[in-house]
Amino acid sequence: MSRAIEVEGLVRDFGGTRALDGVNLSVPTGQVLGLLGPNGAGKTTVVRTLATLLAPTAGRAWVGGFDVVREAARVREIIGLTGQYASVDEKLTGRENLILIGRLLGLKRAEAKARADALLADFSLEEAARRPAQTYSGGMRRRLDLAASLVGRPRILFLDEPSTGLDPRARRDLWHRVRQLQADGTTVLLTTQYLEEADALADSIVVLDQGRVIAEGTSAELKARVGARTLYVTVSDPAVAARAAEQITAVVGVQAQVDGDQISAPVQDPGLLPAVLRALDETGIEVAELGLRGASLDDVFLALTGHSGHFEPTASEDAA
Amino acid sequence: MNGLQQTLTLAWRSLVQVRRNPWELGDYSIQPILFLVLFLYVFGGAIAGSPDDYLEFVLPGVIVMNMMFVTVYVGHGLNTDLTRGVFDRFRALPIPRWAPLAGRILADVVKQALGIALLLAVGYLLGFRLATSIAHLLGMVVLVLVFAVAFSWVMVLVGVLARDPEHVQLFGFTALFPVTFVSSVFVPVETMPEWLQGFVYANPVSLLADAARALMNGGPAAAPALGSLLWALGIAVVFAPLSVYALNRRLARG
Repeated sequence: MSRAIEVEGLVRDFGGTRALDGVNLSVPTGQVLGLLGPNGAGKTTVVRTLATLLAPTAGRAWVGGFDVVREAARVREIIGLTGQYASVDEKLTGRENLILIGRLLGLKRAEAKARADALLADFSLEEAARRPAQTYSGGMRRRLDLAASLVGRPRILFLDEPSTGLDPRARRDLWHRVRQLQADGTTVLLTTQYLEEADALADSIVVLDQGRVIAEGTSAELKARVGARTLYVTVSDPAVAARAAEQITAVVGVQAQVDGDQISAPVQDPGLLPAVLRALDETGIEVAELGLRGASLDDVFLALTGHSGHFEPTASEDAA
Repeated sequence: MNGLQQTLTLAWRSLVQVRRNPWELGDYSIQPILFLVLFLYVFGGAIAGSPDDYLEFVLPGVIVMNMMFVTVYVGHGLNTDLTRGVFDRFRALPIPRWAPLAGRILADVVKQALGIALLLAVGYLLGFRLATSIAHLLGMVVLVLVFAVAFSWVMVLVGVLARDPEHVQLFGFTALFPVTFVSSVFVPVETMPEWLQGFVYANPVSLLADAARALMNGGPAAAPALGSLLWALGIAVVFAPLSVYALNRRLARG
């Protein structure tokens, strides 16, 4: 079996709403797939279906070669799942949480304890091992959650927005662990709202929007489709933002977007920068800030879908 | 066999939780003792002439009342697991679908048994002496536990339907107060207005309290015990499928 995850025409309705509308996915064994999309794109629904928590309305999916509906019990034996929120028991200590999972997976008491201690050491949680999980910081809790999903040494791991709510240091630490798992041969499907994260971890990326796959490829391939950079201009007076956008659109030849006092537009040629500045200067628009940045996921989205994805601005916002 | 082992593990987990939750621990220990002592010394004289005479009446009643209140934690714990994502983690593990619920109810039986033992011990210290036999006493314990398991299904339903754990507690206790107080738990039914007596006699809590009282103090126990068991059966037959249906619906909602 060279494909760890195979999804064909997956459809899922909630009441009258279609959350997934014919999703196809294929993840080769040992690879990391980044499932990228804004809130409500259907990322979590894909993960929950693959983790046997939700039955599909139509379409089929196989995990490790097992049908997620007909062979759900077999699927559960080979997967690990880390949800959007840390799904550990807050009242138990970190160690008790890991022992609990080990025992549920059929380990003997001594084996479960040994496995828990090894994982606690591995995830730098030894000092906090005997404290209730509710006293943990966001980063510690996410580490514990990841450790809990690794107790059974899963071949296939689902990480649903693993870095949401983590500060930059905790996020880098998490990325490091995902790379280790990848090196050990674990197949990983991770969902994220951050291009940066998909960029850093994924072998390939699938972009999901409103329940459909709208693009797939490597990070480099996606960025090439979007335009390498984004020009952004902040004007001193938000009242003139619309007028500034007209000027910028005229210069770069792509419709500029206005967000408050900030105007942005994708550009292929950084040499346009002086021309933009000149055009604004001639119209008497005062510029507070101007620059170029690498394409963000929002830019990718805008380019692929024509509408903003409404992503959270930074990865370090606390979701809790 | 495997499913049984996993149910025991999940029950262990529910019991370990209590250790970390002083409020819940207080609800299992301090609250019933407080109720017993308060009713005994504040109302005992007025109701039965003296606290000593009231003890044999009120102790079985407080045991039944406490059982009812403790069941709220079945719904509270289930709702916490559902809203916090712990339930999803369990469902993604290779364990039987019924194990998490079975583990919780089994843990509840243990908590209930400890609650009864605690109240009996405090009752003994306050001067209660068994008028029947150990076999009768064990019969009382089994009867109360059977009713507790059946009634837990009502709280499972509340736990599934409530938005968050706080609402489970709010709704659970609000609904349980009239049901337990408008019964024969604390006072003889004859002292209540006639229009209320019909409800009190029909209330399964009254039947259970009467049965517990008879099994501990003597008197005809068979009729109220049988009535309690029939109620328990009825509640389980209605609420167990309803709860499982509601749970599956909630889980399918995503």
